[in-house]
Amino acid sequence: MEAGMSCLTNPPPFWKNGPQPGGIYNFPNSSATHSNTSESQRSAYPIVTGTSVLGLKFNGGVVIAADMLGSYGSLARFRNISRLSKINDSTVIGCGGDYADFQFLSSVIEQRVIDEECLNDGFGFTPKSMFSWLTRVLYNRRSKFNPLWNVYVVAGYQDEQPFLGYVDKIGVAYEAPAISSGFGSHIALPILREEMEKNTNMNENEAIALVQRCMKLLYYRDARSLNKYQYAVITKTGAAIHGPVVPETNWEIAHLIQGYE
Amino acid sequence: MSSIGTGYDLSASQFSPDGRVFQVEYAQKAVENSGTAIGIRGKDGVVFGVEKLVTSKLYEVGANKRLFNIDRHIGAATAGLLADSRHLVEISREEASNYRSTYGASIPLKYLVDRVSMYVHAHTLYSSVRPFGVGMILGAHSAEGPELYLIDPSGVAWGYHGCAAGKAKQNAKTEIEKLKVKDMTIKELVKEVAKIIYVVHDEVKDKAFELELSWVGEITGGKHELVPKDIFVEAEKYAKEALEESDESDEEEL
Amino acid sequence: MATSMISKNREQAFMSNLTPDWLKTELTTGTTIAAVEFDGGVVIGADSRTTSGAYIANRVTDKLTKITDKIYCCRSGSAADTQAVADVVKYQLNFYQMEMGEEPLVQTAAHTFKELCYDHRDNISAGIIVAGWDKKEGGQVFAVPLGGMVIRQPFAIGGSGSTYLYGYVDSQFKKNMTKEECLPFVANALSLAMNRDGSSGGIIRLAAITKDGVERVNLTGNQLPKFYEDH
Repeated sequence: MEAGMSCLTNPPPFWKNGPQPGGIYNFPNSSATHSNTSESQRSAYPIVTGTSVLGLKFNGGVVIAADMLGSYGSLARFRNISRLSKINDSTVIGCGGDYADFQFLSSVIEQRVIDEECLNDGFGFTPKSMFSWLTRVLYNRRSKFNPLWNVYVVAGYQDEQPFLGYVDKIGVAYEAPAISSGFGSHIALPILREEMEKNTNMNENEAIALVQRCMKLLYYRDARSLNKYQYAVITKTGAAIHGPVVPETNWEIAHLIQGYE
Repeated sequence: MSSIGTGYDLSASQFSPDGRVFQVEYAQKAVENSGTAIGIRGKDGVVFGVEKLVTSKLYEVGANKRLFNIDRHIGAATAGLLADSRHLVEISREEASNYRSTYGASIPLKYLVDRVSMYVHAHTLYSSVRPFGVGMILGAHSAEGPELYLIDPSGVAWGYHGCAAGKAKQNAKTEIEKLKVKDMTIKELVKEVAKIIYVVHDEVKDKAFELELSWVGEITGGKHELVPKDIFVEAEKYAKEALEESDESDEEEL
Repeated sequence: MATSMISKNREQAFMSNLTPDWLKTELTTGTTIAAVEFDGGVVIGADSRTTSGAYIANRVTDKLTKITDKIYCCRSGSAADTQAVADVVKYQLNFYQMEMGEEPLVQTAAHTFKELCYDHRDNISAGIIVAGWDKKEGGQVFAVPLGGMVIRQPFAIGGSGSTYLYGYVDSQFKKNMTKEECLPFVANALSLAMNRDGSSGGIIRLAAITKDGVERVNLTGNQLPKFYEDH
């Protein structure tokens, strides 16, 4: 009876109990696709981390920047890692938080980009589709209590418009003309906003200069930052990651200080 | 084919008394009904060419392509049933993707060919399935140089300096043999590939066709891609002129 | 029935009071490990101490673990976890070698380690350095730290002792060192860390991996590099 019922709901396979063509085709490790979302696994805390990512729209494009430090607690362990990743000629993402999770998601994105390239139909990730996809992935993972411990800033150029978006590990997402994650949202973002208010029609060079000023400020005031960073500019003509930049620093005020009173 | 199956050709899982698997031979026949596809391995890369027969004027230009990207560094040209080709392409892409996720590097072409030919071969062993009516040419350019393979419906695959599949494969192979392919660059070869496709095309039986050209090599930075428009036009022009010249000389001989 | 319950509880209480920590805690390769690239190969090194709490469970451990003929890893973290991971990678790469008829790249080995460490990051504690030689890229060093990331570095240090070493290695490392320069660089680093880190000690195990294979050296007792206090 039960078998009869299950037949109605689940018809038996057309052909079974024999060797399956292609069945021998799965080697033990080839099915090791990332099924690491089972409920027993969860990331309790990040290990190697990146600090702030800055992003700023200007007239005709976007600039984003991130330093090159992978912190291990307070240890500045990896001093030459890239936290910006060029997806295609119109999209760059910047990442803060756990670097292993960033590498994981980067490899997923890379394969998706290759899949798109293979089709060769002129379609690929756009900044908006990348952003939208990231919001779903991050929200999904937090809903499984296994978040990807990252902040992503998506910068790009689409439909003759600059694009700048933010997504974090719990799936909070928004677009804004100036974005910063982590420490930068306390220190750099107010300055970015203030300057944008003063100069509503900023050009590329002004925007780059402003972001560079903020990166230097973050180096002065963020104990998890490094005086070496990359920045990317995305305009109508394409996307390019520049750097590493090692800015000059100024410690002149130190000479004015003696004692603590 | 010398004899018909006399009952031994209904299943791929049964030999005939003289030791043949007719279903596989029929699949090879299916490949030979198709427009020709060729691949040539030069000294700095691989060039693919396809004679895509256009059976109706109502088709859009460029529809039903028979040149495919498998991965960034691997290209494929197919002859035979197009739907079967697309399935094998899908399988190949999955293979390339799995390799990358397991080992963190691009799949070596030799290994891809091993895997895909195993898959093709698995479809020659069971009564429940039909072999693939596809000849699949795969090429890549790696640090060790260019590589070119052809997978047959039987699941056999060989490495080549030049290979062909489809209705004019014999003619095409004769044409390829005339070239010193080992010494030629793919920039030179792309013209010859275009010419061979034009030469072997049967104007009388198959009227309209579209030429497809792609390559992978040093000048593409190891990426497989369609031949750029300007070089394509140049190659096609060279092919047409060569064809006209040979027509003229044929007439003189008459 | 009741008495047996009581006696059992007593026994447990007794045990928990009297059993020293080192009998219950996990074995860890408290460890100092290091690896340096040079033109044509890599030099790797490790101390030999395995601890269980403060107890030295093994004073002559070999933390330089063979994965393939020309790829080794340096293990730090839980001894059980890192051995299990190394065994799995060794199996997979041996399979790879048979299937492909070719030695795997160091990058592939590092990726395989990363994949395991990342997928099981919440259940294992393993900080691994993968180093070796392949015909495509020559000598290479990859760090696979706790969270399961992977990154290639000109040199890498790891384990609890490495925290005492950043000053030494950052000041003494030079680009394009020869094998003969790399060996004392690693030996000095390990010796310094073994002096300051209670969880590192014993002997220094070194290995140089080149296209010709592996040369292993052990520095014991008074062969350890000496510094001002030791003279």
